[in-house]
Amino acid sequence: MSQDQKQNVPTTGHVWDDDLQEATNPLPNWWLWTFYLTIVFAVIYWVLYPAWPIGKTFTKGVGNTISYTARTTDGKEVQKTTHWNMRSKLMAEMNEAQAAQKKYIVKVAATPLDQIPKDAELMQFVQSSGKTLFSDNCAACHQAGGQGKLGLAPNLVDDSWIYGGSYDKIQQTISGGRNGMMPAFKGVLSDDKINQVANYVLSLSGEPHDAQAAKAGDAIFHNEGGCVVCHGPDAKGNQDIGSANLTDRIWLWADVPGQSTAEGKLDEVRKVITGGVSRGKMPVWSGRLTPEQIKVLTVYVHDTLGGGK
Amino acid sequence: MSETGSLYQKRIPIYTRSVKGKFRNFKTAVLVLAYTVFFALPWLPWQRSSAASQAVMFDLESRRFFIFDLVVYPQDIFWLALLLFIAAVLLFFVTGLIGRAWCGYFCFQTLWMDCYMFIEHMIQGERPARMRLAKQPWNPEKILKIGGSHAAMILVGLWTGFTFVAYFTFAPQFFADFFSGQAHPTGYFAVVVLGLCTYVAGGLAREQICIYVCPYARFQSVMYEQDTLAPSYDTRRGEGSAGRAIPIEGLRTQEERQAKGHGDCIDCGFCVQVCPTGVDIRKGLQYQCISCGLCIDACNTIMDSRGWKRGLIRYDSERNLRSETPAKPHLKWKNLKVIGYALALLVMTSALVFSIGTRSDVEVRIQQVRQPLYVHLSDEKIRNRYEVHIVNKTEREETYELKVRGIPESALAIGAGANPAIIRAGKDVKLAVKVDLDEHLAEKTREFEFVIHARATPDQAVVRKVNFYAEHQEHHDETGHQ
Repeated sequence: MSQDQKQNVPTTGHVWDDDLQEATNPLPNWWLWTFYLTIVFAVIYWVLYPAWPIGKTFTKGVGNTISYTARTTDGKEVQKTTHWNMRSKLMAEMNEAQAAQKKYIVKVAATPLDQIPKDAELMQFVQSSGKTLFSDNCAACHQAGGQGKLGLAPNLVDDSWIYGGSYDKIQQTISGGRNGMMPAFKGVLSDDKINQVANYVLSLSGEPHDAQAAKAGDAIFHNEGGCVVCHGPDAKGNQDIGSANLTDRIWLWADVPGQSTAEGKLDEVRKVITGGVSRGKMPVWSGRLTPEQIKVLTVYVHDTLGGGK
Repeated sequence: MSETGSLYQKRIPIYTRSVKGKFRNFKTAVLVLAYTVFFALPWLPWQRSSAASQAVMFDLESRRFFIFDLVVYPQDIFWLALLLFIAAVLLFFVTGLIGRAWCGYFCFQTLWMDCYMFIEHMIQGERPARMRLAKQPWNPEKILKIGGSHAAMILVGLWTGFTFVAYFTFAPQFFADFFSGQAHPTGYFAVVVLGLCTYVAGGLAREQICIYVCPYARFQSVMYEQDTLAPSYDTRRGEGSAGRAIPIEGLRTQEERQAKGHGDCIDCGFCVQVCPTGVDIRKGLQYQCISCGLCIDACNTIMDSRGWKRGLIRYDSERNLRSETPAKPHLKWKNLKVIGYALALLVMTSALVFSIGTRSDVEVRIQQVRQPLYVHLSDEKIRNRYEVHIVNKTEREETYELKVRGIPESALAIGAGANPAIIRAGKDVKLAVKVDLDEHLAEKTREFEFVIHARATPDQAVVRKVNFYAEHQEHHDETGHQ
């Protein structure tokens, strides 16, 4: 403000530091009215929403209740009606979302597994819902894209299926879980013999190996070692008991592809034969997931990921 | 209140006098045309197979804008960007040439203000009658006339709001629902809020919107040139050497006036009375002037009645008015700014027309699945997976075939979804696609192409190049050493 104007502005009479004065300029009207409006808004808000603490309780708001359906820990559905609050609002919105999904879930329940992919609209639901279910429940072991992890969980993107890749088999695997194991051969076979069997196993998938040792291993595999009982005479495994196909180049327990030297590869196979496999555990999901969710996951794993065989 | 006075300028009410002339006629023609288009367009039927039969409908729910035979999808959002750019440049271009033509004739604030002033004129009468009415005490006549005109303005406002909302929904259905109380609360809310805004802006705030709210008034000076045509008062002719004078006895003819040094302006004030923003154009170009040309009509009427030459107030440029030898006012476009705007306008308009003209009936997006990038299969093949997203942008159900080019056709397998895929009008589908190549082929293949075409139009194929990943590309050095 310029010097001459300064003299004309009325002040409250308060003066600090000789010349610092408090002016009494009026507030702009638009500001004042906006301020009054916020007061009116606040009063309306107090009435409609939870606002004032009174002792150990508080005003609950008028005509603003929320109803929702909740599920208790023992699985019972209960109807609840409360005063307005964010948590109940979330519950009500979740109810709405579930209601919106309902028609698809009913359709999933009514459609045979192999018919679901033929329904394009239903398949869109399976793809998005399956992705979420997979991320929430399966990705911890099988990884986000279903690519699995060597020594932990099989790759679901390739076409090799330990327990079978048909719709029924995948559904069975998810609902009932799996408990894959292989006995340890330490003490059953001598280190030399284990070495020979390992060479034979490598020879089956065309990996570098000692031909002499592999030949001896072949004999142990089919006779003394008893490997044929589970892996079969052609070493192609048995999907009914989950024994691995040793003739392809897909590995789960022995990290053969990760080793660059022949010695390293041999060592990996030797370790599995010596120590066996005790970590092939797939948990049981029936009870934790609804039958419809398992169906969605089955189709997701079969069609969007690998599947087929 | 402080001695410095109020912080706000109190509005001086404006009672515009009606006027006849070519600018008034032009304004009326624009008003009638614009209102006809705006209010009638939502009711125009149009044959559609996949949506409501409405010629112009902005269907937010299905995310499609229907503009006659053009269907705009969210992916086409850059058309809006182009359109906005074109609108802005067109505004600058026109302003550089003939000033605020938008403000004076086409702006919706101007149109609705004009319409509301017309209503006032119809109900309350001409300017003197309205001024008298404003001064008189609140008797039944005043209540009836003022109340009646405001009621009519509110109705026009609400109908404006209703029409606006009708562009976003099926108008006949909305009409029936609206008046039977069946419409969604959002519909009522939108109509009432838009209606009241229209009434407040056009009926109450009026020229204050142009003067205080609209930024255009503030930056017009940057866009005006010395040669820009704008409604201007010819000061030299109007004032003479002794200023303007009312035609009292002895100052009636041009000869008498010129002898005494007075100009042609008889100071009748007609040009001020007709001005919708209350400007005195004789003070020169002002930011309040919206260039509507009504003062030109007013002055011409007076000049005609006196039998003098028209054009005391006319469209003219600042430079020409100042010049010693004024030429006939004409458009001067030969300057860098105007030509630049024209060029930008041309380029952007061509881009928009080209883009709309060559729009595809199908939108395809392909994403490589990256978890994992590739996978070994039991038969030694290498698999890459892709998510193919196809949007059917036509008005009918279509069947789309997906093929590969550059690799054997047998390599292609569809996981989720069907190939060919049947997609309903305006819908989309995501296909989980698997491509399996033999190891030796994978070794050689770095990329290949997906070819997607609708069965109805096999010649309009969409070709997308994608990468094929395999181990060798990452461990090239290692395999080299082995």
